Amino acid sequence: MKWLKIILFLLPLTLAFHNLDAQQRFPKPEFHTHYTQPTPTTPEPRGVGMEFFDVLVLLVVLSLTSWFAIRKRSRNGILLLTVFSAIYFGFYRNGCICTVGSIQNVALALADPKYVISLYALLFFLLPLIFSLFFGRVFCGAACPLGAIQDLLIFNPITIPAWLRKTLGFIPYLYLGLAVLYAATGTEFIICRYDPFIGIYRMNGPHLMIYLGIAFLLMGLFIARPYCRFFCPYGAILNVFSRFSRRHLSVFPTKCIQCKLCTTSCPFEAIDFPDEEKSKPDTKTNSRKFILYLALIPVLMLAGAWIGSKSHVFLSKAHPDVYLAELLISHPELKTDSKNIDIQTFLASGKSLETLVAEAQVIRDKFKTGSWILGAFLGLVIGLMAMNQVIFRRREDYQANKGNCYSCARCLDYCPVE
Amino acid sequence: MDRKKFINNSGRLVLLGGLAYLTGSIIYQRKVSASGKYVWQIDPFKCTQCGRCATECVRDLSAVKCVHAYSLCGYCDLCGGYFKPNTHKLNTGAESQLCPTGALNRKFVEEPFFQYTIDEKLCNGCAKCVKGCGSFGNGSLHLQIRHDLCQNCNECSISRMCPSNAISRVPIETAYLIKGDFKKPAVSTPK
Ligand code: SF4
Ligand code: SF4
Ligand code: SF4
Ligand code: SF4
Repeated sequence: MKWLKIILFLLPLTLAFHNLDAQQRFPKPEFHTHYTQPTPTTPEPRGVGMEFFDVLVLLVVLSLTSWFAIRKRSRNGILLLTVFSAIYFGFYRNGCICTVGSIQNVALALADPKYVISLYALLFFLLPLIFSLFFGRVFCGAACPLGAIQDLLIFNPITIPAWLRKTLGFIPYLYLGLAVLYAATGTEFIICRYDPFIGIYRMNGPHLMIYLGIAFLLMGLFIARPYCRFFCPYGAILNVFSRFSRRHLSVFPTKCIQCKLCTTSCPFEAIDFPDEEKSKPDTKTNSRKFILYLALIPVLMLAGAWIGSKSHVFLSKAHPDVYLAELLISHPELKTDSKNIDIQTFLASGKSLETLVAEAQVIRDKFKTGSWILGAFLGLVIGLMAMNQVIFRRREDYQANKGNCYSCARCLDYCPVE
Repeated sequence: MDRKKFINNSGRLVLLGGLAYLTGSIIYQRKVSASGKYVWQIDPFKCTQCGRCATECVRDLSAVKCVHAYSLCGYCDLCGGYFKPNTHKLNTGAESQLCPTGALNRKFVEEPFFQYTIDEKLCNGCAKCVKGCGSFGNGSLHLQIRHDLCQNCNECSISRMCPSNAISRVPIETAYLIKGDFKKPAVSTPK
């Protein structure tokens, strides 16, 4: 009888044995004492249900910043909001997901048929852009946790020559283009991977990241907001959007009296000076230049597209599957390298090299399309940047540059006009 | 002046239109989920115990921990997840333990059974015990991302490096994939 029981007990087990890749080697014990078997715990994720509250907070901070920057003209108000954002979005909510990184979620949602973006990530992406179309870069002014930590640590900003500023100003567009390319091809989220401040906000992270963050902050003592000005990909979009904003922070409340008091107030050199009468360019040569640069844009875009499509092989190597396939083809001897985890796992998985290569080829084809678009986009950016140099806009006052101004409101206190 | 205003207004309109188009196409393709919140999850049936979970997590001590499916465990004296393969002395001395951080606790239950529990404060998710248990035992030890520790990074740093593609983004309702009893894996919900 006892044996029958055991056989009956073991029968389903032997069946399960086959189902589960022979994982069940030892029978389930039959306890005779009063032993209660524990169950594995499943701790709840942190901050569940806070996402939409975060969206609300973002909305409030953006609205208040707009009000402080444009109506109330209060630097202190904005400073307070900046501190709040650094504490709330940064130290308390630990940064993820942030607006800057949400670019990648949007790009992936558009490109990957299987990826679903959560509504709050989409809102985090959209809200600051919509605000920038009406009130300028108020997001940068106080709401962005990355900007906030840099803004609070500006100590003694130095002046950066205009040519250097403008040249380095190209990097954000490059970064933006690469981030979108890598996100859309499902390679990786480079903005998140190289976010210098997240480790500081979490007070935990890979050491390299923390050091990078500290390096940025130290640099920021003298070069105000280095990440914002020379790297931030979202800032690149905001820069363009903000140029068309309906209203914008103004250095002077009513009329500029040319007192020049504000000229040194902006740590980011975002205040445009009035043009001197004699520097007014000769209209004829200028318009000829304008037409030349305009005609140059398609040429630059074509050249960019060509360079882009040439570099797609190189760019696609960042994708792990492409990298592995290439490695196995070019160095077949590595198959015996027991230390190479990727190769060993691939060999053990029983997948054929042909399948891997075919999959890698699909990804590389995506890169082919993506790379020439990226190249053309960068060509367009260079063309527009060059054209911007010859467009002559009459300027009579000292006024914040709508593209570059972060709406931090520092300059407002310098203006003596009531 | 008017020309400037016109350019400004039309530029804004174009950009607003662009945003609307982008949002519209995401909504139209049903790529947005209003209630959805996602977390990262390890599929223990795909994991090959490569050891990267211990090193690639952005946290100092990985948010990935070993989890014990007790109902799958044989409560073996000679536990493949606890002891180093060639150990003869079945004692709790550190030199015979497989776990580099001593996170696995062995407790006598009754002859001849022993219970193994994981001290999550010590576990670094290196999967050595998981490998041992899978090779010599029932495979009851397995890795899971512990969501009280996980930062829920926008992109999990480990998922990018996982050679087995075992880590994916799942709806929060099915946050854990705990190995069940002898049957198919149960998907468990956070309380
Ligand atoms: S430029 Fe980028 S990082 Fe800086 S405040 Fe603006 S969005 Fe944030
Ligand atoms: S509000 Fe704009 S122009 Fe004024 S100091 Fe700040 S960034 Fe510079
Ligand atoms: S990285 Fe992947 S295969 Fe390696 S231990 Fe973690 S889940 Fe398992
Ligand atoms: S999401 Fe981030 S914190 Fe969580 S396991 Fe992955 S890397 Fe670690």
